Amino acid sequence: MLKLAREKMSATARPLVEVSDLSVRFVSRDLDISVVNGVSFAVAAGEALCILGESGSGKSVTLRALMRLLPPIAQIGGRIALDGRDVLALGAGELRRIRGALVSMIFQEPMTALDPVFTVGTQITESVVAHDGVSRTAGRRRALELLELVQIPSAKRRLDAYPHELSGGLRQRAMIAMALSCRPRVLLADEPTTALDATVQIQILLLMRELMRDLGMAVIIVTHDLGVACEVADRMAVMYAGRFVESGSALALMERPMHPYTQGLLRSTVHGGMRGEALDPIPGAPPDLADLPSGCAFEPRCPAKEACCATCDPPARHDTGHFIRCIHG
Amino acid sequence: MSMFMRSRVGFDGSPATASALDRGGPAQPLLIVDGIRKYFPITSGRFGGAATYVKAVDGVGFEVAKGETLGVVGESGCGKSTTARLLIRLIEPDAGTIVLDGDPVGGPRGLTLREMRRQVQMVFQDSYASLNPRLTIKDTITFGLKANGIDRMTAARRAQTVLDLVGLNPSMFDQRYPHELSGGQRQRVNIARALAVEPRLVILDEAVSALDKSVEAQVLNLLRELKRRLALTYIFISHDLNVVQHVSDRVLVMYLGKVIELGPVDLLYQRPLHPYTEGLLSSRLSMSPRKRIDKPPLSGDPPNPINPPSGCRFRTRCHLAEDICGRLEPKLGAPSGGPHVVACHARTPSSGHSAAGTAGPTITFPSP
Repeated sequence: MLKLAREKMSATARPLVEVSDLSVRFVSRDLDISVVNGVSFAVAAGEALCILGESGSGKSVTLRALMRLLPPIAQIGGRIALDGRDVLALGAGELRRIRGALVSMIFQEPMTALDPVFTVGTQITESVVAHDGVSRTAGRRRALELLELVQIPSAKRRLDAYPHELSGGLRQRAMIAMALSCRPRVLLADEPTTALDATVQIQILLLMRELMRDLGMAVIIVTHDLGVACEVADRMAVMYAGRFVESGSALALMERPMHPYTQGLLRSTVHGGMRGEALDPIPGAPPDLADLPSGCAFEPRCPAKEACCATCDPPARHDTGHFIRCIHG
Repeated sequence: MSMFMRSRVGFDGSPATASALDRGGPAQPLLIVDGIRKYFPITSGRFGGAATYVKAVDGVGFEVAKGETLGVVGESGCGKSTTARLLIRLIEPDAGTIVLDGDPVGGPRGLTLREMRRQVQMVFQDSYASLNPRLTIKDTITFGLKANGIDRMTAARRAQTVLDLVGLNPSMFDQRYPHELSGGQRQRVNIARALAVEPRLVILDEAVSALDKSVEAQVLNLLRELKRRLALTYIFISHDLNVVQHVSDRVLVMYLGKVIELGPVDLLYQRPLHPYTEGLLSSRLSMSPRKRIDKPPLSGDPPNPINPPSGCRFRTRCHLAEDICGRLEPKLGAPSGGPHVVACHARTPSSGHSAAGTAGPTITFPSP
């Protein structure tokens, strides 16, 4: 499996994931909300990008747009290329073929993402058979390999377990196994450890880091947890009200954040050794996407705002790999 | 009205006096919990007989001093939320006693549930599910007051006061419905509702866990400020070790329905005694990509509370486990004689564990 995956990641030097000016609007008779407003990024093979943001910032919708896992009322604009293929132009059949094989996703809540009436082994076997066209016996053999790959103890016995018979950590491992079943080259993860206990969370993060290294996938992780991002990300992007407000290498972002929102987020996160001190929160709450302020969306909460922030769009600037959308910095 | 005159800043502009309810004086713990137990039966088998039990809380005891914040940590399924629900009697305990400022709760001579709940209030994790979607914010807050026999006018005034207290402008918010508020605002309403009956003890069960980080910090600051102004006592339950460290004076660690360690926050975080606490603390993620964790501090998941391991319940994941741990259940004790107690054979002199030594304070603890 490892070898195959390495062979697949072969030649091309261009990034596996290329997104430019992505926008997502939910439109129905009584609804018109722009959830993602012009997001661009690229992820190369073997690289992990973490998208950080609060609830409602559009981070999960961005991730789902990459696989077109959005409801029919979603209107996706811009360009998404996975391994050079234009995802937005694919027909239903092609889309089904690339889901799982080229790109796959790990969800937050394994109990709802796995089918409760089939055993873990059956579910993995099914997707292997469907994509690779092998026999069920071969599919099941591969399912066992996968459970071993994600370090599920006594994997052979666990093949016949139903999702409810597994603990939260094992369920999440099973879901990772399923996501890897067709050797995807792009792995998406939506809050992969948020539902887990701290002691299990770190086990899953270490497993993901190991798999990323061994399989050379391009990985995009969405999280609200700075600690999780620090543990796995090569690069980070901070999202606010449907836009990237800052992105750069994990180190640069954590040690020299430039956008006032990123700075506020770092300041307001409780970490060790702050006992009893008053925290320094960002005032207010994230904006309602249906009613975005004009100008910079962060302006109402921003401690460094200036007169023009309320009216004009903040300029986007690149500075040696560090991107920021703000008049300052 | 006398019971509403406890706090230094009276809600209704009442003069600041010592509480009429502070009966035991400052040295009397506000809450003494002893040996509470809750086994949930699992009906199984053809005849619906209760064959097995989930031992959710199995003999938990602790004290909470007046004005302190007791943090409670542990993994999911360790019984921390069940303990909270037992304290406020949303679930009836199978055994054990709860004493509130010298008065036992329940029983012929004890406090009635109504009297107890006037002094003990709770804030839950899910801010939306814990509000009635068909009541306005004002009605939500006055509901409990009216149920406690306070007249409509006073209740309405109190609602305004507590909304102000939690930073929500009453004229803007009191006619709104829960769905019109953000998560942080809803949790402020829940806090306001809990405070409206002027409780002495507030149990916060994962009260900030569902909030975004920037909002979480606001609510934590609010809780701190309210505690100071209203002389409150908190039991703060959370799975977030950093948040617990930030707010607590003492911390209680639970594992599979048992208290395994309890101590002052600084001691416990700097020198955890129980191997589980040590593992739990080292599972905290750092805020720097330079300080990544290379090896999981604990392996496996918490075992099933239906059939917990014999002896020490942690031994199946413990790197110090020995023969003795499977045979004998460790009891809470203070190896150094201080306020820091632990239930672990390896830390108990003369327990028969090879790491324990024989007696005296000669044990050396691994530094975290």
